[in-house]
Amino acid sequence: MSNHHLNYLEQLEAESIHIFREIAAQFERPALLFSGGKDSITLVHLARKAFAPGKIPFPLVHIDTGHNFQEALDYRDAMAASIHADLIVRKVEDTIKAKSLTEAKGKFPSRNWLQTYTLLDTIEEFKFDACIGGARRDEEKARAKERIFSVRDDFGQWNPKLQRPELWNTYNGRINKGENVRVFPISNWTELDIWNYIKHENIALPSIYFSHERELIVHEGQLVALSDFVLRESTDVIVTKRIRYRTVGDMTCTAAVESNALTLDEVISEITAAKISERGETRIDDRVTEAAMEDRKKNGYF
Amino acid sequence: MDILRFITAGSVDDGKSTLIGRLLYDSKNILIDQLEQLEKQTKNKEAGPIDLALLTDGLRAEREQGITIDVAYRYFSTPKRKFIIADAPGHVQYTRNMITGASNASLIIVLVDARQGVVEQTRRHSIIASLLKIPHVVVAINKMDLVDFSEEVYTKIVADYASVAEQLGLNDITYVPISALQGDNIVDASTKMDWYTGKPLLHLLEEVSIDEDINLTDPRFQVQFVIRPQTEDLHDYRGYAGKVISGVYRKGDAVTILPAGIETRISKLEIAGEEVSEIFAPQSATILLADDIDISRGDSIVNTNNLPTTRNELDVLLCWMDDKPLQSGNKYYIQHNSQLQRAIVKEIAYRIDVNTLEHQSVEGQVKLNEVVKAKIKTSSQLVFDSYEKLRANGSAILIDETSNSTVAAVLFI
Repeated sequence: MSNHHLNYLEQLEAESIHIFREIAAQFERPALLFSGGKDSITLVHLARKAFAPGKIPFPLVHIDTGHNFQEALDYRDAMAASIHADLIVRKVEDTIKAKSLTEAKGKFPSRNWLQTYTLLDTIEEFKFDACIGGARRDEEKARAKERIFSVRDDFGQWNPKLQRPELWNTYNGRINKGENVRVFPISNWTELDIWNYIKHENIALPSIYFSHERELIVHEGQLVALSDFVLRESTDVIVTKRIRYRTVGDMTCTAAVESNALTLDEVISEITAAKISERGETRIDDRVTEAAMEDRKKNGYF
Repeated sequence: MDILRFITAGSVDDGKSTLIGRLLYDSKNILIDQLEQLEKQTKNKEAGPIDLALLTDGLRAEREQGITIDVAYRYFSTPKRKFIIADAPGHVQYTRNMITGASNASLIIVLVDARQGVVEQTRRHSIIASLLKIPHVVVAINKMDLVDFSEEVYTKIVADYASVAEQLGLNDITYVPISALQGDNIVDASTKMDWYTGKPLLHLLEEVSIDEDINLTDPRFQVQFVIRPQTEDLHDYRGYAGKVISGVYRKGDAVTILPAGIETRISKLEIAGEEVSEIFAPQSATILLADDIDISRGDSIVNTNNLPTTRNELDVLLCWMDDKPLQSGNKYYIQHNSQLQRAIVKEIAYRIDVNTLEHQSVEGQVKLNEVVKAKIKTSSQLVFDSYEKLRANGSAILIDETSNSTVAAVLFI
């Protein structure tokens, strides 16, 4: 019987596939929120496995902030085409115009907060009852407390005090009209698990995850890509360095790390040795307040 | 490398948060920016430069009130294992959270304050561990530094707990004297307790054998989703996707579809679209059958020579988890893995006192955090095993039809 043993990646994969199949069976209109980052790329890979040899039975939805890395957008389009997935793109830009929203000001005007509006509108437009996201519980304190099936009210809001108990591997996705569920199939994976899985499964990633040369602004010790979305000032310190990205979000809120890692093995060994956690190193928005994520989630964020 | 899921039971006063913080910190799973934040937040400088308990503090709402409102999950790993901690608060009113955290755990760390010894709360946590059949128990006797690392104190607590454990039928119990605050016997052996010949806590966690906790003898599989690509080349493909709850399935096995009772054979097994010769728990797989049978979500595919129980009236233990009380005669949904149907709670035999295990008569309603034995009737046949025999096929949840809340954990007797 000793060959009937799963290693930790196989166990995580089996759990995530189980969750994907529950989503497809329990909801009428699920959607996978795809960002082009490694976590959502892993999600798509797992979804393909869950429903093979059939197609993924729900669309991929990208909420495009307009501040994305071009490499991530190219990857998105090529990937969706190659697996014949339905891809729905909705732009934050359009929501800003239609709703006369006020954009954030400052040096790095983040649309992170505004994308919640576009997301909620998209949910409304397509009547999505479940949105699948790539959040992991190891990322952040609020996420550590969120269920795998996380029920949101009509306003997309998360109420940490009113969560359903989640027992065994039984997922209760029953909701009332107007509510929807955010589902996180890779809740139990850590950043390193994701990287090891990507390597094991030989999953292709956008090129920005590997070392490349880029012009950057040095801001409070963080390296931010020079782009049209960042407010340039005469006092800016501009440098050119070999860097890679550890997470891929908006160009305004993702910082780069100096790196020469050209292969997955090199990336993994750098991450294993890294002494700064993923969010702290590369997300500019979480530094604002200690409870930043808790606040955003309560307002309908992923 | 595999995964150990464990739960820590204890209240703030027992040093539970400090213990988890210590495990994360000493196993080098805490990173610089998290440490900086901790240093900023640490107000009680007497306890040391950083307060490890703050690592597990969650939401602002909790920090403001100094409480833990829910189960949080923590992750760390060593070269030997990946660990998932269900961090559940241990106060009286949080039985519900402990059950939630315990439901997926292979091991429980019961924290005992060396100055207090075995107290009511220790008993309550152990009773829940025994109700939910957590396979392995580690009793961590904490705050040894406050009792001068006394072997005598330790020995007395071990003896006291052993009698509780015997009464509850708990197996595989290991004891370890620790000081979470000072790091004694957490990762490295303590130099202050030479009399203790066992291993430090982290080694115990790394070495406990959990392979046999997965049942590989009774094949159970429930259909989650039917894969029908309906493309030209896969026109007749009909794959039953689900998780192997327990046991092993091989190509050619004679199987019975329950509750219908139809017999057929496995014609093909797949994992992620690739053919395999066998599948086993806890894999997610797809089964293809020799005959065209009407099978849908929630149906069980089991080995014809090893059948579970099929019934629509059964005895259960209910752990009530909702603010709204249970009323005998009320209807609910029951969800058993992927099978959803209606159920009515017919009669409530007695309440189990989670502090004493005493049976008490129930007059009127069953309230939040109460555990009762009851009889339920389901609208169609339920295919199950007893929780005692097969944890993964012996449990379900009750869902309120109107609020959709998960209102009870159900253990089949």
